[in-house]
Amino acid sequence: MSSVAADPHAVHAHAQHHPSLAHQFDNLDQQRESSTLGMWIFLVTEIMFFGGLFTAYVIYRSQFSAAFQAASHHLNVIMGGANTAVLILSSLTMAMAIWAAQVNRRKLIVVFLILTMLLGATFLGVKYFEYKEKFTHHLVPGPNFEFDGPDPQHAQIFFSLYFIMTGLHALHMIIGIGVLTWLAVLSWKGRFNSEYHNPLECAGLYWHFVDIVWIFLFPLLYLLGAHAH
Amino acid sequence: MSEHVSSPRFYFLIFAALIVLTGVTVWVAEIDLGAANDVVALTIAVTKALLVMIFFMHLRHSTRLTVLTALAGFFWLAILILITMSDYVSRGVILPVPGK
Repeated sequence: MSSVAADPHAVHAHAQHHPSLAHQFDNLDQQRESSTLGMWIFLVTEIMFFGGLFTAYVIYRSQFSAAFQAASHHLNVIMGGANTAVLILSSLTMAMAIWAAQVNRRKLIVVFLILTMLLGATFLGVKYFEYKEKFTHHLVPGPNFEFDGPDPQHAQIFFSLYFIMTGLHALHMIIGIGVLTWLAVLSWKGRFNSEYHNPLECAGLYWHFVDIVWIFLFPLLYLLGAHAH
Repeated sequence: MSEHVSSPRFYFLIFAALIVLTGVTVWVAEIDLGAANDVVALTIAVTKALLVMIFFMHLRHSTRLTVLTALAGFFWLAILILITMSDYVSRGVILPVPGK
């Protein structure tokens, strides 16, 4: 102990080392930029993951546009629209959670994270009732599928895409709520502050990305048949 | 620290813009514009996505490398969709499709 205190360089190096700074980084700025870049590279793989489904949608929509329009008319625009608003509001509360970290308001981080999770849960709750409605009306692809509009065979493709795309999106929401629960605990313990909140920033990027996927899903799935009644 | 901090008021304005655009896209969908319905809906969706990425996802204050990475993702998505569709829409234009 006395030998460490005797060495002025050792004391200096220790004072410079931030507790949240990993050893491989020069400073907190470099660490933050690296984690943001890494998260974006993950999000690029996610763009391609959902992108394959969007491409499938574009192909079938171009081939069977009348069936898609008639099938889209069976989705609930009120529920879908309300859910869009809920998700956008959750993006605002997510951005505010990071703002709370940036201004060192520990309790506010937790409050905004919980609000974000509650809004995410509200979205999933509305989705549950929408799915239930599809089961009741025999609009789930399979042996029980019944469709009184034109071209029921290809309307089934629309509903297949609807369930796969919104289902994959809902799975992302569930994972997001899990991640935010873990981060809310860490935030409560005081792990994040104005100098270090990279995990919050990365979770925020993920949450906003999931919001963007829905921003495209809503018009492409729900609004095709809106003017056709 | 060099990290930029936006005000809550600013975030709320972005939120308000996103809600207004959602209302506009629902309203426009009720009007029959033919093929232009898709163009309008996608233009609004891209605008909303850009608002989220630039302001909520802080791309405005990110490094150029991060911005380039984000753009690369959408560029590859464009390749996927455009080249696939260039096949689908042009089938039978030059040579007849066998079996049809």
